[in-house]
Amino acid sequence: MRQRIAFGGLFLLLVAVPIAQWLNYPFAVSFLTRFAIYALAAVSLDLVLGYGALVSFGHAMFFALGGYVVGISAFHVTDAEPLFGWLGSNSALIVWPIAMLACGVLGALVGMLALRTSGVQFIMITLAFGQMVYFLLVSLQAYGGDDGLLMKRPNTIPGLNLANPTVMYYVCVTALVVWTAFCMRLVDSHFGMVLRALRQSERRAINLGVAPHSHRLLAFIISAMGTGLAGVLWANYALLVTPDMASWAKSGEFMAVVILGGVGTLLGPIAGALVFTGLEGVMSALTEHWMLFVGPILVLVAVYGRSGLLGALLKERHV
Amino acid sequence: MMAKNSLFAALALSVLATAPAAHAADPVKIGFITTLSTPAGYLGADQRDAFLLAMGEEGGKLGGVPVELVVEDDGLKPASGKQAADRMLQSGIKLFSGITFSNVLGAVAPGVLAADAFYVSTNAGPSTFAGKECNKNYFVASYQNDAFHSAGGQAANELGYKKVVLLAPNYQAGRDALEGFKRTFKGTVEAEIYTKLDQNDFSVEMARIRSLAPDAVYQFHPGGAGITFVKQYNNAGLSKTVPLLMPGFSLDTRMIEATGNAGDRAYLTGIWSPETDTPASKAFVAAFRKAYNRTPTLYAQQAYDAAKLIGSGLKAVNGDLTKADAFRAALKKADFKSIRGDFKFGNNNHPIQNYYLMQLQRSEGGAGPLVPVVVRQVLKDDQDVYAKACAL
Amino acid sequence: MLLIFEQLLNGLQYGAMLFMLAAGLTLIFGIMGVINLMHGSFYMVGAYCGAFAIIQTGSFLAGVLCALLGAGLYGLLVEVTIIRKLYQRDHLYQVLATFGMILFTNQAMTLIFGRTPPMVEIPAILSGSVPLGGGLEYPIMRLALIVVGAVVAVGLWYLVTRTRVGMLVRAGADDREMVDALGIDIRKLYTAVFGFGAVLCGLAGVMAAPLLAVEIGMGERILITTFVVIVIGGVGSVRGALVGALLVGMVDSMGRAFLPQLLQLVFTPTIADALGAGLVSASIYVLMAIVLIVRPKGLLPARG
Repeated sequence: MRQRIAFGGLFLLLVAVPIAQWLNYPFAVSFLTRFAIYALAAVSLDLVLGYGALVSFGHAMFFALGGYVVGISAFHVTDAEPLFGWLGSNSALIVWPIAMLACGVLGALVGMLALRTSGVQFIMITLAFGQMVYFLLVSLQAYGGDDGLLMKRPNTIPGLNLANPTVMYYVCVTALVVWTAFCMRLVDSHFGMVLRALRQSERRAINLGVAPHSHRLLAFIISAMGTGLAGVLWANYALLVTPDMASWAKSGEFMAVVILGGVGTLLGPIAGALVFTGLEGVMSALTEHWMLFVGPILVLVAVYGRSGLLGALLKERHV
Repeated sequence: MMAKNSLFAALALSVLATAPAAHAADPVKIGFITTLSTPAGYLGADQRDAFLLAMGEEGGKLGGVPVELVVEDDGLKPASGKQAADRMLQSGIKLFSGITFSNVLGAVAPGVLAADAFYVSTNAGPSTFAGKECNKNYFVASYQNDAFHSAGGQAANELGYKKVVLLAPNYQAGRDALEGFKRTFKGTVEAEIYTKLDQNDFSVEMARIRSLAPDAVYQFHPGGAGITFVKQYNNAGLSKTVPLLMPGFSLDTRMIEATGNAGDRAYLTGIWSPETDTPASKAFVAAFRKAYNRTPTLYAQQAYDAAKLIGSGLKAVNGDLTKADAFRAALKKADFKSIRGDFKFGNNNHPIQNYYLMQLQRSEGGAGPLVPVVVRQVLKDDQDVYAKACAL
Repeated sequence: MLLIFEQLLNGLQYGAMLFMLAAGLTLIFGIMGVINLMHGSFYMVGAYCGAFAIIQTGSFLAGVLCALLGAGLYGLLVEVTIIRKLYQRDHLYQVLATFGMILFTNQAMTLIFGRTPPMVEIPAILSGSVPLGGGLEYPIMRLALIVVGAVVAVGLWYLVTRTRVGMLVRAGADDREMVDALGIDIRKLYTAVFGFGAVLCGLAGVMAAPLLAVEIGMGERILITTFVVIVIGGVGSVRGALVGALLVGMVDSMGRAFLPQLLQLVFTPTIADALGAGLVSASIYVLMAIVLIVRPKGLLPARG
């Protein structure tokens, strides 16, 4: 079942743009790109939310950090003096790995401190770190402060022109597919088994000789890197990075996307992202007051939709 | 957020597959991105309404050319403004206007100009696009930020203030404001206090002003934040001891109403007020009051002028924006009657104009509402300092 | 010296407001185990209802009444229709549902009251300032907020320690099953506590209305700070909420006054003020993170 859904989804992702172009909807590419980026962030978050059972309410900080690494590197190329002797860079092959690495480091730092707590305290401490990053970005006057950083052009990849919306879309889809495949391999591996065992019964797992802390930390770090990659892509798509990328409302949105699609299913959050961005797009076109409808939909999902859109279909557990 | 004819609606229904083709008789669409929500929302509403008033006077036309105003709210967020602009650009809009805040403009303008579209500012005139980065398609029909506040510095000199405390929000226009003031002010600046753009509690700032005890305070806070500031200033008992000198934005017509008596005797600087005694201005104020049942703010005046300016340009090309060179040349001539009085463009497409010092006084011999009364002209035919750096 | 004293008062005033919000939130959190993100929405609803009534009638008292009623009724409605279904559920779903309700409430308020924020005048008897010596004049409205905060604190102390309902509340925070075993209709108790929390939000909202801007999104801004307060103080503990509120209020107001000045010794004003504001805003989260790492249950936790 999972395989069929995965391949069906992949096919849809690949043909969506030609269909949209054939139907003459120029906005569709932009919408689909946004969806792919949200999906990438949601899949990453699901790794800790669904498999680690760690409710992180600050994941937007990685989204923002990824974006800011791209924005700041580009800023030093075009507008400012070198940063610690570094001229900045616009090359994706250099900047993107740096951004993911930075997110990994931040993830390790936050994870080490936050994993000392659990439950409600874990939610709150991740929120606290997210807010710290947010206010740090706000106070960076040199990088636009509140207003954020505008990028003149997207990063460069040899042979690819990211300024072309269709190319950008396929790059995002590739990132999404590769990352999701990686995460699926991961949760099916020994590492994933340990995570699940910990989620079901921490005491039993520890009795079996599992070190809970290091496994959870690693999951947190990987998740942070994936979310960071989503931020990187967002910066290239929007050509603007703002502190709002780190706001708790953004963390809430990501969480909503994951739950909407099905916690602990990896593929579910992709469907969740499609529905969420789709709702946003369709509703905001129909009425200015679209939040009036999206809000209650989220409430209904939380109250009644226990396993999300694809949860039941994928026969995975929900929290 | 409120793209009226966004294609998503069509996507949802997935019925119609044809995009509307451009038609010769179609009105010229003007993308009007402005701040309609947040406590500063009335600034955008006044600009939109004044712009619509100018259109309404010609029966939906500007310069004899049918126009359609596509309005979107930016919520005072640069990112939202940029998204709205990107959407409008994709739908083929080539002429933009309406942005209230310099930081939103900073995010929107580069994309608009890179797409060879035009931008005519109804309010914001940040220093960033006035000098080296000036653009042939970028026109400011209002003022250049610094220049406006240089008038404030000059006014402070003439009022004999020696020690002042300066306050402004920490964003592009706020930084421009204090730069502009300091450029002409000859006394000492006791402190430069930067606030946050969405701040609404100024208790800390009040405490600092009190402890510094300056001759006067020059503060720039547009919109709702300014109302709160003046009210809290009055409530903290500071208006009794330290007079306020402000740019017109910090106590516009609406704010004067909202702050009751708090602004009595305060000094304002500006290019226009509803009391400006010219036939064109009086006619505008009367028409605006008749249409909307309220007195226009300075933002309304600027937007009305911008609409007239756009009209003069559209007339020259008969609404055909593909004739970009002719349209640009017509705009540059500024061949319209500004209700503020004299108006012409400098080389950097920013205005050369006069600035006045005004004082809030009770009208009708002390019984009427507070109105700004012109004390004297402080700057004549003033051009911003950045024009020199502009290669146009 | 004058500045320090005035900032102490400002910190006290901010703390008083935070306490009114935190007291309800901590009880809801502690007793029902519900993470209620829309607590700030009640504050906004209260502020709007109050502002509306004040503008219509010109009476501040009517505004207070309307704010308490509006926020309280909305709170009850939300509890009965939504929150009740989430008591036994994972925090994840509580977060999502209440997050959705924030979006809904914000939009509904925009629809009802329009986009232009209402302007509320300070009532005549509370307007102006009083001289406190040394040239310091302090706004009466802010003093009133401090007084109201103190009254709420004393009232809550009495309610929680001296009344039967308070006993149940304390018992509920300590051990939910025990209250059940006593044969008390726990659902009614939950509804009452939730509604009471919303009423306190309404009070804070209407008191803040003449001082701050009544606008969409005002609730979220203060909500997160309120969470910081109760986590620092210890979840479920009203005493903890009071200590947390005062601590956060003081850290914030002292930081705001002195940090930018300190930084101005090194940086230019634009950078110093932005950096200062950012550091002050972040400082309460640093405080919370430290408290959580050292004492995961907060300073004065309810459960021993």
